[in-house]
Amino acid sequence: MIATSLLLATQLVVWHSYRADEQKALEQCVAVWNRAHADVQVEALALPYDGFASKLEAAIPRGNGPDLVIFGHSAIGDWARAGLIVPLHINDDAIAQFLDGTVEPLRQNGQLWGAPLAFKSLALFYRKDLVAHPPATTDELVALAKQVKATEPAGHYALAYEAGASFYHAPWLHGFGGRLLDDAGKPALDSPGAVASAAFIESLAAAELLPPESTGVVAAQLFNDGRAALTINGPWFVGEIARGVPFGVAPLPTVSATGKPAAPLVEIEAVLMPARGHAPEAAAAFALWLAGGEAARIRARIGRQTVAARAAWDDPEIARDPILSAFRAQLAATVPMPSSPAIRQVWEPLNQALRKVLRGATSARPAMLEAQKRVVEALRPPPPRAPGAPYALLFGVVLVGAAAWAWRRGRAAGGLPAARAQSAAYAYLAPAAIAMIVLVFVPFAVGAGMSLFWHDAGHWTFIGLRNFADILASRDAPVTDPLSFYFTLAVTALWTVTNVALHVIIGVTLALLLRDPLLKLRGVYRVILIVPWAVPNYITALIWKGMFQRQFGAINGLLAAVGLHPISWFSRFWTAFAANVATNVWLGFPFMMVVTLGALSRIPKELEEAAALDGATRWQRLRHVVLPLLKPALLPSVLLGAVWTFNMFNIVFLVSGGEPDGATDILVSQAYRWAFTRGHRYGYAAAYAVLIFALLAAQTFFAPKEETAS
Amino acid sequence: MKALRTAGVHAALVVASVVTIYPVLWVVKMALSPSQGFSLSPSPWPTHVTLANFADVLGTHDDAGRWLFGRQLFNSLVVAAAVTALGVALACSAAYALSRFRFPGRQTSLRAFLVSQMFPGVVTSIPLYVLLDRLHLLNHMLGLVLVYATTAIPFCVFMLKGYFDTLPRELEEAVLLDGGTRFDAFWRVALPLSRPALAVTALFCFLTAWNEFILAYTFMNDPRAWTLPVAMQRYVGDYSTEWGHFAAGAIVVSLPVMALFFALERHLVGGLTQGGVKG
Repeated sequence: MIATSLLLATQLVVWHSYRADEQKALEQCVAVWNRAHADVQVEALALPYDGFASKLEAAIPRGNGPDLVIFGHSAIGDWARAGLIVPLHINDDAIAQFLDGTVEPLRQNGQLWGAPLAFKSLALFYRKDLVAHPPATTDELVALAKQVKATEPAGHYALAYEAGASFYHAPWLHGFGGRLLDDAGKPALDSPGAVASAAFIESLAAAELLPPESTGVVAAQLFNDGRAALTINGPWFVGEIARGVPFGVAPLPTVSATGKPAAPLVEIEAVLMPARGHAPEAAAAFALWLAGGEAARIRARIGRQTVAARAAWDDPEIARDPILSAFRAQLAATVPMPSSPAIRQVWEPLNQALRKVLRGATSARPAMLEAQKRVVEALRPPPPRAPGAPYALLFGVVLVGAAAWAWRRGRAAGGLPAARAQSAAYAYLAPAAIAMIVLVFVPFAVGAGMSLFWHDAGHWTFIGLRNFADILASRDAPVTDPLSFYFTLAVTALWTVTNVALHVIIGVTLALLLRDPLLKLRGVYRVILIVPWAVPNYITALIWKGMFQRQFGAINGLLAAVGLHPISWFSRFWTAFAANVATNVWLGFPFMMVVTLGALSRIPKELEEAAALDGATRWQRLRHVVLPLLKPALLPSVLLGAVWTFNMFNIVFLVSGGEPDGATDILVSQAYRWAFTRGHRYGYAAAYAVLIFALLAAQTFFAPKEETAS
Repeated sequence: MKALRTAGVHAALVVASVVTIYPVLWVVKMALSPSQGFSLSPSPWPTHVTLANFADVLGTHDDAGRWLFGRQLFNSLVVAAAVTALGVALACSAAYALSRFRFPGRQTSLRAFLVSQMFPGVVTSIPLYVLLDRLHLLNHMLGLVLVYATTAIPFCVFMLKGYFDTLPRELEEAVLLDGGTRFDAFWRVALPLSRPALAVTALFCFLTAWNEFILAYTFMNDPRAWTLPVAMQRYVGDYSTEWGHFAAGAIVVSLPVMALFFALERHLVGGLTQGGVKG
C-alpha cells in the first residue's frame, strides 16, 4: 500500500548549496515533510556553489532544471528577466509571518518571486578576551585601534577585515550616507558619502591601523591568533574560528561623522521556483512549508541559520542565542543587496578603487571618481541591432573562398584519385576526426558565433562585428590601461615566453643532473620532482598564493631571514607577475623534465664519447652534441606547452587574481571575467575567445615545419 | 674533483626537491589540522594532528544513507578508464593514418589537431551542453567520456604519430608481403612496438578525465553521478571554504594518480619522447 502510494507520489527536486549544519538541517526538514506527505516526496540535492548559477542557466531553459532552488535574492532580477523563474504566490497573512525586511527584497516588478528562508549579512565579531565591549561608534573604533597600535607589539591590530572587497566595505559606504546605486539604478560611487567612506579606510590604512593586504584569510588568521580583537564577517565565519577562542557578535558600529549605523548588505536566501517545473502547486506548497515556522525552527536550531520566520524567534532557545540574536539585531540596519544587473558592473571597479586607496596608490576621491567612470562606461546601452544581410553575404563569400581553397589544396595533393587510392587512411582517421568535429569544432563554431551577439538575461541580439570593434578599438579602457586588449596581449605574450623558457631551462637542467644512472637516490629525486604534476593544481595554486602573502607568507619569511624587507607581492605588477610565474613554473617543469629524460635516454652514448676523445670539454659536448639532439625531441612539447601556457587560466586567476588592478590578467582570464564576473557579457567574452584563437592559429603558420608537416 | 661534482649535483637536486615538496606539505598540513581555516603560519608542520578530515571526506553519505564517496570514486574510475580506452583507441588509429599514409587532407588534419588545442574553454561549455542535451547524453557518463576523450586526443595523436614515425617500416611491409592486411600490420606489429608511447597517452587520457570538474558538474545533475573532483568542489562555498576537507580531498584525489605515475614512470620516460627523436 505504501509502496504504491510512493510510486504514484509527486517527486520534487530541490537544488541548494548548503553545507555542513545547514545541509543537515535542510535534510532533516525534508525528512519531516516526506513522513507527513506520502503524496509529495522531496529530494534535496547539494551542489557546489561555484558554477551553481551557470548550471541553472543551462538546465532550466531546456527543461532539465529542478522543481525548486535555494539561492540569494540578488539573482532574482536576472533570472526573472530571463524567464528562468516564475512568481510564487504567497497571501498577505502568510507574508506577515516573516520578519520585516526579509520579504521586500524578493519583490521585483510588482511580483513576489520566492519564500524567504534566512537573511545573511555582516556583523562585528569581537574577542571577549581582548575587548570587554565592542565599539559602538567609529570614533570608539579608531580610538581602540590607536590604543592597540600604541600599546601592543607590532603586528597587532584592533580591527582586521577584508577591507579591499566591496561587500565588506559596503557597511561604511552606507554609514557615511553613500549608496552603490541611486534610485534610478545608476551607480553612485562618486556621491559624497561613498567618497567619504573611501576616505575613512584611507585614513585607517595611512595610520597603519589596518593590516597590510587585508584579505579574508589574513583577517581570520589574525583574529584566531589574538592579534586582531575585531573582525567584520558573516554567520558563515563561525566555523572558521579556532576552537577555544572566546568570541561574541555585535551589530556594526555607528559612523560618528553621520550618526548613521554602518549598514551591511543583506542577502535574503529564498526558495525560488524555476520555470518549467513539472508540479508547480506541490512545489509551492513545499516552499511555503520550508520557509514557515516548523521548518524554520529546525533550520535555526540545527543549521544555526538566521531564519526569516518570526515563529522560530518565539522559541526561547533561539531568541536567547547570543550569536543568532546579534545578527537579528543587525538586520534592522541593513541594505538589501541590489538585484539589478547594473550592480554586477560595480563590484570590480569598486574593489580596485578600494585596493588602490588601501595601498596608498591613489587618494579616495580620484579613486572613486575613476571607479564611477568605469561603471558608467560598462553600463553603456547595448549597440543597435545590425542588419543581417551584409553579414550573410560576407559569410557566404568566406564560405565559398574556403571551399575553393580546399578544392585547390585537394587538387594539388592529387585530387579524388589520390584520395581513393588512400581510402584506408580515411578509415583509420575517421573515428577520431568525427569525434573531434562534433565535440570540439562544432561547439567552438557555435561559441564563436556568439561573438556576433549581445547577450542580456538570456536574450541574444545580433550586433555584427561590434564586439570585435569595441575590443580592438579599446573601447572599455585606454590602450595603456591594464584592462585594454593590447595591454593584456602584451602581458600574455610575456607570460608565455617567460614560462616556457623557464620550464625548458629548469626541466632540461634537472634531467641532465638526473641523467647519470649511477647517481645515488636517483629514483627518490625523480619521484619527488614529479609531485607537482600529480596534485590537482587548483589547490597547490592557492597554497602558492598563501606563500606570497605579505605578513605570514613563507617567501617573506625567507626574505626576513636573510635580512631583506618584506614585499607586498600583489601590489605591484612585476612582483605579482613573478608570483604567477613562480607558481606556474613549479607546476610545469616536471613535464619538461620527464620529456627531456626520455629524449636523453635515446641519445647514443657513442657520440658523446667520441666528442670526449676529440678533447671536447663537458660544456662543449653539452652545447654541440647533446642540445642539438634534444631540440627535435623537445619541439612538439614546447609548442603544445606554449599553447597551454597561453591559455593557462587557473594559475593567473587563483594566484594574483589579476592584481594589481587587473594588470597581471592574461587574455583568457579577461575573457572569463567578461563572461562571469562583469555581468554575463557572453558575446564580448566570445569575441575575446575568437581573438585568442586567431592569434594562436596565426602562430602555427610560422611554427617550425617539423611539427605540423613532417 | 669527481666527489666534489657529485656533491654539487646532490646539493642542486636536494634544493630542487625541497622547493618542490614544500608547498605540498601545506596541503598535508591543512588536511591533518582540525581547523577548517587556511593555514598561513610559516611552518609546514601541523600543530594538532587529526584524521577527522579524511574520515569526513571518505565517509560522505547522501540523505538516503548511501555511501556517496564510494559511488563517486567508482564513477571517477569508470569515466577515467573509459576515456583512457576510447582516447587511446581513437588516437592510435588516427596517428597511424597520419604516420603511414600520404593522402589529401593529411596536412589539414595534422594542423586541425594542433589548432583544436587553442580553443579557450570559456565559450564552449554552453554549446556543448545543448549538443549533449540533443544527443540525450546529459546526465550520462557516456557524454562525459566522449567529451573528455576529444580533449585528450590531439596530444595523444601527436605523441603517437611521432613514435610511429620512428618505427622501421620494414617490419610492417614484411607482414603485408606475407599476405597480411594493413590492419594486421597495425595491430600485430606497430601497436606492440609502441607500448611506451601508449603508456604515456593512456596516462595523459586518465589525468585529463580524473581532474576535470567544470564540465562534469555542468553535465551531471545527480550527486550520485558525479566524479570526485566535483564532490571536492562542494567544500568551496559562496562565502567560505572548508580548507581541511578540501585539502584532504585533494590528497585523496591525487593518491591514485601518484600511484599510477610511479607504476608507469619507467614507460613514461621512454615513451614521451622517443617519438620526437628520429633515429
